[in-house]
Amino acid sequence: MVTDLKANQFKQKDYRSNSLWRLTLRRIFRQRSAIFGMALLGFLILIAIFAEAIAPYDPIQPLIGIENVNKREAPCIHLFGCPKDRPQHIMGIDGNVRDQFSRVLYGSRYSLYVGFTTVSFAILVGTLLGAISGYFGGWWDNIIMRLMDVLMAFPSLLLAITIVSVLGPGLQNALLAIAIVAIPVYARVVRASVLSVKEQAYVAASLALGGGHFHILLRRILPNAIPPLIVQGTLGIGTAILDAAALSFLGLGAQPPTPEWGTMLGTERNQVFTAPHLVFFPGAAIMITVLAFNLLGDGLRDAIDPRLTHQK
Amino acid sequence: MIAYTIRRLLLAIPVMFGILVVTFTLSRMIPGDPCKAMLGEKATAEVCDRFRAQYGLDKPIPVQLGIYMGNVLKGDFGMSIRFSRPVTIILIERLPTTIELGLTSLMIAVLVGIPAGILSAIKRNSIIDVITMVGANIGVSMPVYWLGLILAYIFALLLKDTPFWLPPTGRLSAGVVSIPFYQVLGWEFPKESFRYHLVEFISNLVIFNSLITRDWAVLKDAVKHLILPSVALSTIPLAIIARMTRSSMLEVLKQDYIRAARAKGLLRGTVIFKHAFRNALLPIVTIIGIQVGTLFAGAVLTETIFGLAGVGRILFEAITARDFPIIQAFTVVIAAGYVIANLIVDLSYVFIDPRIRLD
Repeated sequence: MVTDLKANQFKQKDYRSNSLWRLTLRRIFRQRSAIFGMALLGFLILIAIFAEAIAPYDPIQPLIGIENVNKREAPCIHLFGCPKDRPQHIMGIDGNVRDQFSRVLYGSRYSLYVGFTTVSFAILVGTLLGAISGYFGGWWDNIIMRLMDVLMAFPSLLLAITIVSVLGPGLQNALLAIAIVAIPVYARVVRASVLSVKEQAYVAASLALGGGHFHILLRRILPNAIPPLIVQGTLGIGTAILDAAALSFLGLGAQPPTPEWGTMLGTERNQVFTAPHLVFFPGAAIMITVLAFNLLGDGLRDAIDPRLTHQK
Repeated sequence: MIAYTIRRLLLAIPVMFGILVVTFTLSRMIPGDPCKAMLGEKATAEVCDRFRAQYGLDKPIPVQLGIYMGNVLKGDFGMSIRFSRPVTIILIERLPTTIELGLTSLMIAVLVGIPAGILSAIKRNSIIDVITMVGANIGVSMPVYWLGLILAYIFALLLKDTPFWLPPTGRLSAGVVSIPFYQVLGWEFPKESFRYHLVEFISNLVIFNSLITRDWAVLKDAVKHLILPSVALSTIPLAIIARMTRSSMLEVLKQDYIRAARAKGLLRGTVIFKHAFRNALLPIVTIIGIQVGTLFAGAVLTETIFGLAGVGRILFEAITARDFPIIQAFTVVIAAGYVIANLIVDLSYVFIDPRIRLD
């Protein structure tokens, strides 16, 4: 890809405006789902950044003695006929007398944090393993890929549960477990990219010019793995958020009173018949966040995958 | 093909062995003392020593592993530390529930997902296509346990006193007893024999058992209890299968031989099902095989919510209680389920595409 760009520079200047990246970007913006996903994600990021300004109450401090509200009170929205003398809580009150809406808003921080950190870690380690495995081949390849096979032989959530049990419950350990479980996918993607370009003439040329292994891997080979990694990573963030919420739901991830959506669902799950709003809103928030990443990932794949371009 | 199957099963042995070693080591790495977890924090060193000796936990880990392997080969998974009962018996009680839950979910996912995908592909860019694909996208994004809770709220509470009411927990209603088919048929086996365990296992598949004994009341009750958990568990596989069916069908539908078949004047249905779908099936079957893993992982969450005494829930409980024998046995069972599902998928390729030769 990098060499393509350089080759183009030698021809005419006009070619630059049609560079691969620009074309891809244009194609991404033609994807309805990508635009919708991006908009949704932008909205969520804004909420996460400005949670303090938007949230009407503290997410952790109970309202006992501050307001006259009962625990697990149903949502009270003035616009929908809730008496004006009652304080407004658009998502109701939780089991510890806290404003559910404020907690859901703050929860977006944890979800996005979980998604980005775990996937970044998994991509970093996965790229390293996949690159070594694909480039050096042989012995290295066998050991690394068999290890990845073992990791992939378990259902990811079960493996994450086991790892968290070894490390002890908590958000940090849950993050590590989810990241470890996600590594094989990225290692495979990178290995496949490396294998497909390793024998190309331009790689041999770079080697003949005296380029070291590190230089060739980093500058000549790995740029080819970036597009599939972006697609896989975006879709992977959705899965990571779902798994992290599931771990928290089971009591293995973030611990109360952290306003994490999975934890909120887990602590109130027995109240579903008496206070359904405490289950509905955090779950809907998880779904919307994961949906944003899935839509964006799908759109990116359609825009980047060369096999699909002629269909669009 | 028989030779291939045998070879695949033989190849699975080292994989299972590896998984056994990994789970054995991992479960020994879980911090905390099973004695303290079992007998309480106040258990004296003396009591704990006796406890460890009883369960063989005082020996070095490699020795423990060796003894364990030998026992597993004899079909003995040891005693559960928490329940003080043989793990094999617990497996016989619990596994059928998960199998029924998993198979029903897979059935729902396949029976709804494939037609939805085909419809979406042949009516591409229509309103049906848009609705199906938006639905599929929402389906893969939904937390299973959340959907389960919402379904329980709607069908057990809001629809109470209507014919659509469905029970939110358990495998059978209180007072409903499923009589094992071998008792109805008057078969007798010596207890502890292999055949006894086998029929006991089969009779614990409540739906299957009530079909054999023609006990329609139990069947109705069992099916009713299974609807909500299996619908919740099926959403993600359903959405993935529908998406895969759509893209695979789109790929096939633009081939020349489809145009030729249409030009020949064949019926639309014939072209779609005989020419297109048959050729689009390969990636769909592959993705269905992969979903078996999603089902096992989802079973942990679904069984917890719907109070089903299955493999997923006990595995989660065993991990938190450090019940090593159960963790090991159930992980191996899940891995075996994986291996078998993948084998079935590979064998089905031959039937789907006669050009494929397994060797």
